[in-house]
Amino acid sequence: MAQRIDVKDLNIYYGDFLAVQDVSMTIDPKSVTAFIGPSGCGKSTFLRTLNRMHEVIPGARVEGTVEMEGVDLYGDDIDPVAVRRNVGMVFQRPNPFPTMSIRDNVLAGVKLNNHRISRSDADELVESSLRGANLWNEVKDRLERPGSSLSGGQQQRLCIARAIAVRPQVLLMDEPCSALDPISTLAIEDLIGELKQDYTIVIVTHNMQQAARVSDRTAFFNIAGTGKPGRLIEMNETSTIFSTPAEQATEDYVSGRFG
Amino acid sequence: MTTTVSPPPERAPGRPRRRRRTTDRGLNRAFRWVAVGAGVLILAVLAAVAVFLLQQAWPALTAGSDELAASVPRYPDDTSLLEYVGPLVFGTLLAAALALALATPVAMGIALFISHYAPRRLAQVLGYLVDLLAAVPSVIYGLWGIFVLGPAALPVWEWLGSWLGWFPLFAGPVSPTSRVLATVAVVLAVMILPIITAVAREVFLQTPKLHEEAALALGATRWEMVRTAVLPFGRSGVISAAMLGLGRALGETMAVLMILSPGFLYSFKILDSAQQQTIAAYIALDFPEASGLAVNTLIATGLVLFVITLAVNMGARAIVARRKEFSGAN
Amino acid sequence: MSTTTVPDPADATARTRAALTGADGARRRKDRTMTVLIWGAFVVAMAPLVSLVWTVLSNGAGRISMDFLTLSMRNIFGGDPSGGIYHAIAGTLIITALATVISVPVGLLAAIYLVEYGKGALARAVTFFVDVMTGIPSIVAGLFAVSLFTLILGPGVRMGIIGAVALSVLMIPVVVRSCEEMLKLVPHELREASYALGVPKWLTIVKVVLRTSVAGLTTGILLAVARVIGETAPLLVTVGVTDSINFDPFEGRMMTLPVFAYRQYSQGLATCPGGESASCVADIAIQNAWGAALVLIVLVLALNLIGRLVNRWFSPKLR
Repeated sequence: MAQRIDVKDLNIYYGDFLAVQDVSMTIDPKSVTAFIGPSGCGKSTFLRTLNRMHEVIPGARVEGTVEMEGVDLYGDDIDPVAVRRNVGMVFQRPNPFPTMSIRDNVLAGVKLNNHRISRSDADELVESSLRGANLWNEVKDRLERPGSSLSGGQQQRLCIARAIAVRPQVLLMDEPCSALDPISTLAIEDLIGELKQDYTIVIVTHNMQQAARVSDRTAFFNIAGTGKPGRLIEMNETSTIFSTPAEQATEDYVSGRFG
Repeated sequence: MTTTVSPPPERAPGRPRRRRRTTDRGLNRAFRWVAVGAGVLILAVLAAVAVFLLQQAWPALTAGSDELAASVPRYPDDTSLLEYVGPLVFGTLLAAALALALATPVAMGIALFISHYAPRRLAQVLGYLVDLLAAVPSVIYGLWGIFVLGPAALPVWEWLGSWLGWFPLFAGPVSPTSRVLATVAVVLAVMILPIITAVAREVFLQTPKLHEEAALALGATRWEMVRTAVLPFGRSGVISAAMLGLGRALGETMAVLMILSPGFLYSFKILDSAQQQTIAAYIALDFPEASGLAVNTLIATGLVLFVITLAVNMGARAIVARRKEFSGAN
Repeated sequence: MSTTTVPDPADATARTRAALTGADGARRRKDRTMTVLIWGAFVVAMAPLVSLVWTVLSNGAGRISMDFLTLSMRNIFGGDPSGGIYHAIAGTLIITALATVISVPVGLLAAIYLVEYGKGALARAVTFFVDVMTGIPSIVAGLFAVSLFTLILGPGVRMGIIGAVALSVLMIPVVVRSCEEMLKLVPHELREASYALGVPKWLTIVKVVLRTSVAGLTTGILLAVARVIGETAPLLVTVGVTDSINFDPFEGRMMTLPVFAYRQYSQGLATCPGGESASCVADIAIQNAWGAALVLIVLVLALNLIGRLVNRWFSPKLR
């Protein structure tokens, strides 16, 4: 299920503005890769290019290649809609659809596919997805309640359930815990540890302790100054990044000297 | 308030004086009252509209049917005022409902086009263009409907009449003049497009980016994103937009007056002439020549129109207001 | 491209490519269909606008002449092609100006009340009923003005001021709405800066708030004028029709452009006993109607254009 991603010489633009410059990296399958760095360094922007979500912003474009198992996501014959089905995403703030019940939220992605799904299959999928997101026991008695009736942490896990219900290969998480309390954050971090057995996970985080806790590999992004593009400074095993980084800037950042 | 009662002069120095409301003195106060007065005046005007209409309609409301038949032209014998107004209300509602049915889907399409489909830079200019449709005077819509749309639509009406004649709305004969309710409904639909579009556009633009991105990240196409995130969010807004459009269509006068060949029947035949008439066009047609009790009768029918549009508009605004509270709570 | 997880990389690549090229044709077809429909909706809306403007231009342009703009219809009968719309232009300008003079102070002050003072039940009621008032049918506004003046002056009176009152009922809510929007755009910091200098509230409103938003207010008022200048039905029942010039809105009937257009249209074809000639044109009334329509639409479009431009050029750049 999980797949590897190779990024080569990627430049990301908003109109004429170069937001992220010259990123090359390999993301391993069935592992957790964390992106860290100061605000505005382009880590979220870069994350959104991995499922072509950045195209939603008018004027955004990329140069370079993002290959998934050797297939360039930006190739001419590639459908961005299909890319997003295969590369799921969880956002900074939980965003369940307010007009849908918990159950319908989980099924939202599947129902888009027009394929008639039988009621028993749907029930099964709802249960397995919610179990996968460690939410089943909390909501199994109120699946028809609106998704917005849940707490923030539960909503975020509902969004994860919604993302994995379409069975993606890769799961992108854009600061998934920044709007949550510490207990909900722990629950999500535990969940990430379980999900990596099946998925390739990429997580953007502001919280270095979180990166250290959940990730296998860590990439550090930095920005030279306002108006300058963000760059990938270094990427390595998480333990190496946090103990003996190769670059001075990385060491300054992880030791809390700036950012 | 405080300025009229001066503080006692023998108050010892150094003791705290009663604090004056510094925001409410002299010119400040006068200005505030003028502004409040303007607000109250608006309420008074609306009340006055209702009161004066009722006062002038009263002679007709209380007159017997014989009296009305004697002094109102084309008033049939042995008919109560209610039976007299009935076909007019029917015609008004039918015309407005048809216009609404035609305009709403198109208006939603335009609103989505401007909010989610058109290139960003174009969107604002395109919005102005749609708003221009609202600025065109209704008398010009009337001329256009009679001389351009009517002849152009006639083949369509004939085709509908011959192929779908079994459907009550399209039952024959098809009038060769095109001065029929179907033509009126199309013109009314064009006239109410801008207001429906404007309200729907605002609501669609307010859809949270979060929900749109959630749909896209699940692998939704643009239309699927619209269907999962934008339309459910905007539903009540679209309903109230449609009701506002309905209000406009109910009260539109000139286009109906100039295009429609009137009749006083409870008839669904929208391709035949001399079938229906609307309240507003009826008043505009007869009022310039009316006198005495006939004026009161026309004002009474105007009162009926006022009540209908008031109910529709208040309903629409209530829905909008409720939605505001909901979105504020979230 | 080598991978460590899948034994046969070529196979994995092929499967990934298949997954990413999106084989689901039905969904893409639907998406494309809807895109076409939504673009189509816009085209459908533009068609009447283009057709309408073009018709008015092509039918009305031939009638426009110096005589048409400077003569009235006094003593013009049948197919006589002399005569013009001067009396209607004068009537429209006078009545619209009167309506503006009534509506702008009331509307602007009510907007100031709502933005600067409005709290509680009264403000909510005013907001709600201003919205409701925007939905009053124009013919009902005309009947209201007639009823009001019937009480004061007795039945059957027709004069310009009655029409101006009817138009005001239609114009006030539009003015309130647009002025309210504009006043809300003035940043709160500006007001506080003024208070901090010890300027009283009313002076702050006059000198800071109104001055900052004057361009937007002008735009709103111009658009409101454009809305009522083409009103026909209320004038038909309040002001009546005449063929002569009348500059006095407090005495006697007046002609207005939209009513003139309707009146000429409803007269239909004239009979020319000796056949058509330079002094008898059968469809002269229809031509007059189109000519008046052209002048009217030019007025309306000019007001709209000037309004937009005023806002674009003169509004201060907030933030």
